Amino acid sequence: MARITASVYTSHVPAIGAAIDLGKTHEPYWQPVFKGYEYSRQWMTDNPPDVIFLVYNDHATAFSLDLIPTFAIGTAAEYQPADEGWGPRPVPVVKGHPELASHIAQSVIQQDFDLTIVNKMAVDHGLTVPLSLMCGELDPKKDAWPCPVIPFAVNVVQYPVPSGQRCFALGQAIRKAVESYDDDLNVHIWGTGGMSHQLQGARAGLINREWDNAWLDQMIADPAACAATPHIDYVREAGSEGIELVMWLIARGAMADVADKNHPISVRRRFYHVPASNTAVGHLILEN
Amino acid sequence: MALEKPYLDVPGTIIFDAEQSRKGYWLNQFCMSLMKAANRERFKANERAYLDEWAMTEEQKQAVLARDLNWCMRTGGNIYFLAKIGATDGKSFQQMAGSMTGMTEDEYRAMMLAGGRQIDGNRYVGEDGDAQAHRQPQGANHPKAD
Repeated sequence: MARITASVYTSHVPAIGAAIDLGKTHEPYWQPVFKGYEYSRQWMTDNPPDVIFLVYNDHATAFSLDLIPTFAIGTAAEYQPADEGWGPRPVPVVKGHPELASHIAQSVIQQDFDLTIVNKMAVDHGLTVPLSLMCGELDPKKDAWPCPVIPFAVNVVQYPVPSGQRCFALGQAIRKAVESYDDDLNVHIWGTGGMSHQLQGARAGLINREWDNAWLDQMIADPAACAATPHIDYVREAGSEGIELVMWLIARGAMADVADKNHPISVRRRFYHVPASNTAVGHLILEN
Repeated sequence: MALEKPYLDVPGTIIFDAEQSRKGYWLNQFCMSLMKAANRERFKANERAYLDEWAMTEEQKQAVLARDLNWCMRTGGNIYFLAKIGATDGKSFQQMAGSMTGMTEDEYRAMMLAGGRQIDGNRYVGEDGDAQAHRQPQGANHPKAD
């Protein structure tokens, strides 16, 4: 059967993608960010997944205001990197896993989560920046991402976004769905976005290091309590865009210790850095 | 019964909720059109004529022409959509975010390098943090007291 062996959490700041694409990773401004992911790239090489289930949000790229799905799962064979206005990122095409994705879609809908199923969409920095951070720089033509990716887009653009509790419960449903798939696949689930940042108004540039780290502590040790954090706490404490953190709870909900308290998990990596452009960068790797 | 909106007392912040989204529909859809290179060219060639193709309010058009992102947001714009205007102008997200504070680009960048904007005083309207209304615009542009 398929199983989720690890979860990865990371910010998906677009400027990180630009730094990679423009060859700026060794500049003093960016060095600490990329150094923070050196261990993680090695870990990816040592623990290669067969499939990555990647939770992210679309930033007015594939979804305009014409259609705003709360949860959308990609079941396509491939996804093109989007032109977000600066031209598409020079990264490989993202290959999907239609069989596992459609299996998860059916199973999760039967567990009462009303997913939108997407067979055609471009993927923006929310999805490709985490891949670049974890997999390194790749040639868009000659190289490929190390494995198929199932994109899972969450609406965090138009309020109200799904609650932390809803996301946490969804993660548990995704775990059941993966485990009911017959093929022997090693699946990673990634939660992306955050941490504290605000991109608008007089409060733009807000960072809350203390709150971010307390939230991380709780998400690791007591995810059910963390999932109960109300929307307003994210907005007030972590900035209007800090609310992206609810997506991390989907990945956290899919970990083994949530289904079985006696199953220990381990923290393989924890990293925090300010700033990347407007944003506090947070990163975790948890293993089952 | 009115909807619960606990986020209205956060200073310097407009939450893009269903009501803002309805107000800003055409403004944001105009922004979306700038994801196509050909549309970016047409917009740059004659901004006013391009804006007039959209069912936006006159105020929304003026806000776009002025590149006043705070004004755009008050009329229903969302930053991820408005970012397409910035991309068309060759601006980074940091330049766009900074433009909403009144700070110069260098001042805003320096604030971020120093750890970002502090949360203390900026949680609730009526406190004394730098994002509060009585302290706008920020940075060297702020009118000197008395």
